[in-house]
Amino acid sequence: MRFAHRHLLGIEHLSQSDITAILDLAEKYVDLNRQSTKHSDVLAGLTQINMFFENSTRTQASFELAGKRLGADVMNMAMQASSIKKGETLIDTAMTLNAMHPDLLVVRHPHSGAVDLLAQKVNCAVLNAGDGRHEHPTQALLDALTIRRAKGRLHRLNIAICGDVAHSRVARSNLILLGKMENRIRLIGPPTLVPAQFSEFGAEIYDDMREGLKDVDVVMMLRLQKERMDGGFIPSEREYYHRYGLDAAKLALAKPDAIVMHPGPMNRGVEIDGTLADDINRSVIQEQVEMGVAVRMAAMELLARNLSEAA
Amino acid sequence: MSNIIFTNARLIDPETGTDGTGWLHVTDGQIVARGEGSAPSTEAQVIDCNGQCLAPGIVDIGVKVCEPGERHKESYKSAGLAAAAGGVTTIVTRPDTNPAIDTPETLEFITRRAQADTPVNMLPMAALTKGREGREMTEIGFLLDAGAVAFTDCDHVIADTKVFSRALTYARSCGALVIAHPQEPGLSSGAAATSGKFAALRGLPAVSPMAERMGLDRDIALLEMTGAAYHADQITTARALPALERAKRNGLDITAGTSIHHLTLNELDVADYRTFFKVKPPLRSEDDRQAVIEAVRTGLIDTISSMHTPQDEESKRLPFEEAASGAVALETLLPAALRLYHAGQLDLPTLFRAMTLNPAKRLGLDCGRLSEGAPADLVLFDPDVPFVLDRFTLKSKSQNTPFDGQRMQGKVTATFVAGKEVYRRS
Repeated sequence: MRFAHRHLLGIEHLSQSDITAILDLAEKYVDLNRQSTKHSDVLAGLTQINMFFENSTRTQASFELAGKRLGADVMNMAMQASSIKKGETLIDTAMTLNAMHPDLLVVRHPHSGAVDLLAQKVNCAVLNAGDGRHEHPTQALLDALTIRRAKGRLHRLNIAICGDVAHSRVARSNLILLGKMENRIRLIGPPTLVPAQFSEFGAEIYDDMREGLKDVDVVMMLRLQKERMDGGFIPSEREYYHRYGLDAAKLALAKPDAIVMHPGPMNRGVEIDGTLADDINRSVIQEQVEMGVAVRMAAMELLARNLSEAA
Repeated sequence: MSNIIFTNARLIDPETGTDGTGWLHVTDGQIVARGEGSAPSTEAQVIDCNGQCLAPGIVDIGVKVCEPGERHKESYKSAGLAAAAGGVTTIVTRPDTNPAIDTPETLEFITRRAQADTPVNMLPMAALTKGREGREMTEIGFLLDAGAVAFTDCDHVIADTKVFSRALTYARSCGALVIAHPQEPGLSSGAAATSGKFAALRGLPAVSPMAERMGLDRDIALLEMTGAAYHADQITTARALPALERAKRNGLDITAGTSIHHLTLNELDVADYRTFFKVKPPLRSEDDRQAVIEAVRTGLIDTISSMHTPQDEESKRLPFEEAASGAVALETLLPAALRLYHAGQLDLPTLFRAMTLNPAKRLGLDCGRLSEGAPADLVLFDPDVPFVLDRFTLKSKSQNTPFDGQRMQGKVTATFVAGKEVYRRS
């Protein structure tokens, strides 16, 4: 299988077969990661730099582990603390790193489009680990893998994405991916957080969560992005939880075998009931984390294959 | 004594709305006679136009020259050369420099700089409030005496309506024209795009096009209160047009402009976060663009400006949200406007009415027309010659044009200011 992309910047650029290729390869890494010796050498000799211009613990750890399990030399750079504070521009930072000849650059940035911009200036493969409110492709891929394993397929499912869609790159990437794979998508949330223009992507919009959850196969909750809100999107967290927080009563409206997902980190008692999040019969939240490492290993392997061809 | 006769010209006359072959006689920098058909024989120097278009030179309201403060982006010299090459014979400069043009002293400084370095006419605008901060009005009377032709805080909206209403009242008593940026400042704060499918897909902070109408509605109410003379710098959305139409019908002293970018580009042109397409207000939907073209055709929108805004590479090579707004356009204004002519949407007299006659009238200038007695500020251009724009050929110090690499049609052959040739294409 040829993966015809130099970078992984967003789901927007991927075809159905690209997505399937990544997920199929990731399945192999799920198996590898469950063995006692979790090691492969497909990235041996390659250098991976994780540049996080925005705080992240889980995504950065997942990428780091993925790279290390594939034998890459991994370096983490906490960009918030470094040169940006000294006034260096994004492009200068990129050029500086580029001169060190990395092979894979994993980038997270608080501004939409910043990773695209950076990718234009460097010679290595760039993986978008989240840019502003734009895309977070590996999250959508790991969600897709989780759904495919739980439901046995990744098409013709009713999927509800609930909560703070407006500020969420996870929602955008998922909306695009799940749409490409021909699923029916509902967006549920208050209209301040689910703007009407999202209906133009082919999603149905509900501001009544109970109505929106009827007969869905997958309930995907989003984190309330408190740090991205400059005020006034919702009246209070308790009212939000009452109307849009996922609890057992609301989940009962979905299909009996519906799964519950959350990209983490969770605000327990704000968007999701804590007990429900821990219910191993319904919640696949831990599995999502596991799939994250596998999907990132797969994505990096596919991009690295192109690197060796180009060399 | 100079004495020139332009023969075999396609005369574009925005005043009569005509477009026909004829001749134009210029003596001592003034148009003295014109006629149809072949020219009478005189002693004058003959310039054979070979059937190319001869039109009044463009009067461009809202040109940013970055003196004082950021001369590396654009100086009076480079802006003057760019204007001459673009057929712009009068630049009406913006006061959003650093520091702002808000005192007679700074106004005199830039006037001196322009006189020394600029081959085209330069008329300065001054800030309406000190430092463009929206708190205290500037010395409108002194600034008028020093040569300010209009008062504007540019893209800073005066949010305090009390301050704005007093400034409008005072300006009216001085007979000063106020130019404002109609925009509801709260709704539009932080926006980098127009809300809609495109902004949602790109994850950009967006403003509803309604913010423009709200800003215009407020300003119209203040005009009813104060009776001031008012010009909206850029009307870019369909929703603002009925309000403008009503205000004009009710007899308020209001006119409106739009920018060449909003007439020729739409939000989708931003594509993958191309920051050269980031302007203020942000590019709109195709429906809005078409509505604005139609409003220029009917005359509801009076003027077209370049909104020439030089930015250096550093301020554009940033993530879209952080990148500076604005585009250079003195040299691309005419070829971009000709796109609307070639598309069959606007004829040449209509385009020139919006680029020459109407802005001149609004500022009380006698240029912008081909009538006898008008200054011989002229542009000679071939509307059909095709080319691909290479931004590095621009004469501006900054080359942030959204038209880089695009096919365009129509080039300036020569530009004349008061009968003197200030540019000729080599």
